[in-house]
Amino acid sequence: MPKRSVLGLYTDEDAAADALDNLRDVGFGDGEYDVLTGTPYPEGTFGEAEPKHNLYRWPLIGAICGFTIALLITVGTQTAYPLITGGKPILSIPPMAIIMYEGSMLGAIIFTVIGIIFESRLPRIFMGAYSEKITEGHIGVTVTTTEDKTSLAEEALEKAGAEGDIVRGWKE
Amino acid sequence: MQEHVQLDQKQINHDLLRSVLTVPKWWLPAVLFLGMVVLTGLGSFAFMVYHGLGVTGLNRPVMWGFFIANFVFWIGISHAGIMISAILRLTQAEWRRPITRAAEVMTVFSLIAALHTPLFHVGRPWRVLYWILPYDFDRNIWPNIRSPFVWDPSAVGTYLIASTLFVFVCLLPDIAILRDRAKNVLVKKIYSFMCLGFRGTPRQWKLQILAGILLSALVLPVFVSVHSIVSWDFAVLIGVEGWHSTIFAPYFIIGAIHSGVSAVAMLMALAVWLYGLQNYIKPDHFDAIGRLLIIVATTWFFFFFLEWVYALYTLDSPEIALRELQAFQWPYGPLFALFVILSFVIPVPIWMIKRFRRSPMIMFWTTVMVNIGMWLERFLIIVPGLVRRTHMTFDWGTYHPSIIEILIVVETFAFVALGMLLFAKVFPLLPLFDIKEGMVFRHLIKVGRRTVPASIREGLPHHYYKEKH
Repeated sequence: MPKRSVLGLYTDEDAAADALDNLRDVGFGDGEYDVLTGTPYPEGTFGEAEPKHNLYRWPLIGAICGFTIALLITVGTQTAYPLITGGKPILSIPPMAIIMYEGSMLGAIIFTVIGIIFESRLPRIFMGAYSEKITEGHIGVTVTTTEDKTSLAEEALEKAGAEGDIVRGWKE
Repeated sequence: MQEHVQLDQKQINHDLLRSVLTVPKWWLPAVLFLGMVVLTGLGSFAFMVYHGLGVTGLNRPVMWGFFIANFVFWIGISHAGIMISAILRLTQAEWRRPITRAAEVMTVFSLIAALHTPLFHVGRPWRVLYWILPYDFDRNIWPNIRSPFVWDPSAVGTYLIASTLFVFVCLLPDIAILRDRAKNVLVKKIYSFMCLGFRGTPRQWKLQILAGILLSALVLPVFVSVHSIVSWDFAVLIGVEGWHSTIFAPYFIIGAIHSGVSAVAMLMALAVWLYGLQNYIKPDHFDAIGRLLIIVATTWFFFFFLEWVYALYTLDSPEIALRELQAFQWPYGPLFALFVILSFVIPVPIWMIKRFRRSPMIMFWTTVMVNIGMWLERFLIIVPGLVRRTHMTFDWGTYHPSIIEILIVVETFAFVALGMLLFAKVFPLLPLFDIKEGMVFRHLIKVGRRTVPASIREGLPHHYYKEKH
């Protein structure tokens, strides 16, 4: 069954938190609703569950990959044409350490950025129900559920004092 | 504590997106002028490629001149951009909010400007690829990783990629605001594509905040490494007095911070004047950066002093001869005096006075002075060391920059200014979401009989407060 999303807009934090309470009371689970805001609020402002993520693993994996590639490049290129310059050994540790350090940091940063995008569940092709008022200060509570449960969701959102009409959008 | 201004999100959108959604009268003439300067510089470069490096003032024994001084200068400017943003983010300093974006963007354009000059300096820039990329599989000629000229591109390249990604990640929520405000369908689609469908869920905000902190923590060590490596271009050479110094890495880093933080203050004043952002960048912000500059400038001066003490205390005659050339002989002597006066003697006493620190006009001109002084510092490190007569030099001469070099150096300044203007036309120069967050977290509270502005700082997870209090 295709899913549909609905959105209620609120002007204050308490009303948005009430909307989430109402949704939970009528049986919606954590994955079915979300809060949309134009600015970061302190965690748990709306009584939402704490988002879990694995972002801290990404830079570590990236650093290991970057270090390995830099090690292979430095060792590989110097041993491929072993020309001694300046009386230094072919595999001279100080300059290798510089390249490997930069490689590790580059890998860590690239993987962190990929991790941020991935863990943020981006890129998102279907916006679902959305209103431009969110980036003007309104707080949106969106519910994505099967079509037969949308009226239940709309009722819960309206009961908390949603401003204006409920915004409807198709998820897929 | 920052001066208290409470603005709603609609007002913030209106004020900070004005530079993107409307075109100020001065914008087009400024862009055309800067574009012409950039084209003149690129034309000079084309002329240099056609006629060879002989059109520059570079000749034995001075093979490093304006180009390399300019490279070190722009690397320095690029440093404080990210440094100031990263340190202020990590310490959760409230006054960071309006200045982080402009500082980060300045880093990106300064780095590109920095890369211009050594590429032009080599005369045949396309051959640089042989030095730095392990790709020549046919002839088996690989980069020599023992050379600082391989360390340099690896560090600067890492820093450029890191800063660009940093700017992009922090821009996502603001591009989403632009997506919502754009009237033109095509523009809306472009912004929609660029913001990757950002909607502002708690998960996305949490990751966004973590991104700022985590990327700051990762970029800071890169920032330290880049200017250290740039200093090693000089310091690992044993043949030039004045270059072969163990203090060079920290000395270059603190010099970079001095010129870079000054450039950020300059940019803040320009943002106030050009885009009317006085509600966001307030005298308190200038005061804060002024205080930071006093510390940075004094630390820099301490390193500068140490470098001279170490050089003179040895009583090594070549080293003393070089210092005499730098400080007392024509034409370097007057430039040296100018450099010390502009970088430290005039600005620091001015910054000591609170009324002056809070004035955008005074902060602008004093920081311009610092940057003129710091450009001269780089020139005085590089050129006199090569000019000085040494025993083994078979010919010697002095250095006069040619008009081609001057035009290319001017081009780098125009390039950075043009880049900033174009960026500000497409994206907001101040981070809207960060400023809005500041407004959410900031309230007036009563302490006894006084009402004072206070900011909430989210420290521990919310369940901690629920359980403990």
